[in-house]
Amino acid sequence: MRRWLLWVPFGAFALLFAVVASGLFRPADRTVRSTLVDKPLPAFKLGAVVPNKPGLASGDFGHGQARLLNVFASWCVPCMAEAPQLMRLKAMGVPIDAIAIRDTGPAVQGFLKRFGDPYARIGNDRVSRVQLSLGSSGVPETFLIDGRGRIVRQYVGDIQPDQVAGIAAAVKAAQ
Amino acid sequence: MIAEAGLAALWFAAALAGLQILLAVLGVRRGDAIGDQARDGIRAVAIVQGALALLAMALLIALFLRSDMSVRLVAENSHSAKPWLYKFAGAWGNHEGSMLLWVTILGVAGAAVARFERVLDGRTLVATLGAQAGIALGFYAFLLFSSNPFDRIPAAIDGMGLNPLLQDPGLAFHPPTLYAGYVGLSVAFSFAVGALVTRDVGPAFARAMRPWVLGAWVFLTLGITAGSYWAYYELGWGGWWFWDPVENASLMPWLAATALLHSVNVLAARDGLRAWTVMLAVVAFSMSMLGTFLVRSGILTSVHAFAVDPKRGAFILALLALYIGGALALFAGRIGTVKAGTVFAPVSREGGLVVNNLLLSVILGVVLIGTLYPIVAAAFGVQLSVGPPFFNKAAGPIALAMVVVMAVGPLLRWRRDDGRALPRRMAVPAGVAAAVLVALLVLAPIGVLPLLGLALAAGLAVASVMPLGGRNLRRTPLPIWGMVVAHLGLAVSLAGMACDSAFTAERLAAVRPGETVTVGPWRVTLDGIAPVVGENWSALQARLTARTGNSVRVLRPQSRFFATPPTVTSESAILTRWNGQLYTVLGQPDGSGRWQVRLWWKPFVTLIWAGGGMIALGGLLALVGRWWRTRRQRRAWN
Repeated sequence: MRRWLLWVPFGAFALLFAVVASGLFRPADRTVRSTLVDKPLPAFKLGAVVPNKPGLASGDFGHGQARLLNVFASWCVPCMAEAPQLMRLKAMGVPIDAIAIRDTGPAVQGFLKRFGDPYARIGNDRVSRVQLSLGSSGVPETFLIDGRGRIVRQYVGDIQPDQVAGIAAAVKAAQ
Repeated sequence: MIAEAGLAALWFAAALAGLQILLAVLGVRRGDAIGDQARDGIRAVAIVQGALALLAMALLIALFLRSDMSVRLVAENSHSAKPWLYKFAGAWGNHEGSMLLWVTILGVAGAAVARFERVLDGRTLVATLGAQAGIALGFYAFLLFSSNPFDRIPAAIDGMGLNPLLQDPGLAFHPPTLYAGYVGLSVAFSFAVGALVTRDVGPAFARAMRPWVLGAWVFLTLGITAGSYWAYYELGWGGWWFWDPVENASLMPWLAATALLHSVNVLAARDGLRAWTVMLAVVAFSMSMLGTFLVRSGILTSVHAFAVDPKRGAFILALLALYIGGALALFAGRIGTVKAGTVFAPVSREGGLVVNNLLLSVILGVVLIGTLYPIVAAAFGVQLSVGPPFFNKAAGPIALAMVVVMAVGPLLRWRRDDGRALPRRMAVPAGVAAAVLVALLVLAPIGVLPLLGLALAAGLAVASVMPLGGRNLRRTPLPIWGMVVAHLGLAVSLAGMACDSAFTAERLAAVRPGETVTVGPWRVTLDGIAPVVGENWSALQARLTARTGNSVRVLRPQSRFFATPPTVTSESAILTRWNGQLYTVLGQPDGSGRWQVRLWWKPFVTLIWAGGGMIALGGLLALVGRWWRTRRQRRAWN
């Protein structure tokens, strides 16, 4: 057998390695996009989950003011990690509404007491029906709704500290 | 304290693996007193290293059983209200725990080689143990630096629970089975590297490697069979194989191990196929490493991929480059110095095994290309996925060609055979296959692949038992029985697959309570829907009454809701009869009082897994037979 043939497997592996490594380090966009981005918010109407705060309906959006819609749950650990970022956004003047997924009043109240309350309204989505119609696949997720009531952006997962400034700017731009 | 003890055990094990490599280098390089001491000491080090890894795993299981929520891994993957079996299995139902399980099996396997291996030349064994420690050290580093299972968290909240899809007794024991297979292949790899290092590729090395390959292959076969049945009844889509990247990740090492199993026999018995056997040992372990990488890196999208983390992917990729690249470079540099083995005629048992090996390699190539193609395409900015249409069309015909070779191969003689006598020996199986083909063409209009599948399955079944003809059955060696049972098992599996794709009847209906739908020979009535509560879930459960002939049976498929984490799963209800399975799934209500119900009648589908079990049993028989023989020989010598 010719000696160089023995290096063919090694060469094939090196090629495979290069392909896989390039795939691994390519800055890929791995987020799950809602197919509803750039579409109007689907119609929904949710009751209140805590006594001192109104529920949430699709009609609350689109009055010339861009708003964030945060999908969260009191049992969700990343939502706890996300809470300080939402509080900072609120302090920067960004209006935020929320949908609580598969939750109960007392649990949500406890959550808000412990981690702060950045929300203007909270809708109670007992069976995730509205969450699914939004094309959201988990908690937390945050949607940016523009002044005409259209979904502009979707942030999957908990908002990181370094995202806060960008989100605040995006809300301003979507007015 | 338990978590800290576990971490300490891991660090000690890693240090011992480092020492083991050092001793191996000394033992191979030096012929003086230091070399002797290194060779004497390495076995003990390997055994203690394995024991420490086992201790770490045992401590992690203890943490899960005690629901110690101050350990991050337990908090993220367990829950105090979980049934104990799933707390136990939860220890490896996650990224860190499963990697610890992997390295534990690796360490224990290394210890077993050190304790029991007596056939191999001393220096080759030392080199093998060194290679095994090298693999282990890489994985210890991976655990300690990027996937620490014993990490603590400050706040103690109740746990988040195990993915409900994984809360199933079958799946609790699926990963350990597959890992035992992967790790068995790592031992084979270490033997190959050891033999290359000492230029000792020959029958003795093949005989030392063979039980590990056989064992790994048995576990992989069981793991794949069980995984396929799990996907079939748990995911609720009625299929048994989806060519999902993660399924492929377990199939590729199996294909390579199957080829290796056959070529290692040629090397052990006839001293042929030396370079090819070494190559396959490297490829088989490469495939299990590649599988680990694909599953762990998040580079491919799959329902199974559970640790989506490019950093971890980079770590495994580096290990992959080190081990596989290193082994292939060693192969290219050294194999030229290995003498050619015994030559054989093209028409011979060896020749048949070579053809079988080539066909298996081609199937492996097809699966590999199909699995990696999306990554290559993504490098050029194209998003796509490769699914069943490609794999079935590309791999199906080659697999059928392989079935023909499987039927012919065992009827060939070693060294050389008379090409003219072969048609006479093949007359009966070929006749049976032709008869089935004609009967099906007349009786049932089915697709080409299922048609050929059924005909070839019948032919293979007959050909498989023919090697027993003319033998004294009570004195036939167990490895021969193993081959017969395994080949027969493949025929049985193939028949099941062909029946499933040819004769399955499917029905999707929206029904009100009291209404009846028919599927195949069954009339199924929805009696009603009622809520039920389980240990950590609640569910809506349908009561279906299925009638055929005089038989009446009740099925209860569920739509199950788990609170932590909130997930809805479909629990199919399956009625198994001798001639097939009635498979029922409860879907969503449509809002007007009707419920979606999905029904399949799958004639003889169970043959798929029965055949898988037979294939594994065949491997087990061969393993036991070989073990028995070495034991008897050793007794005779002493």
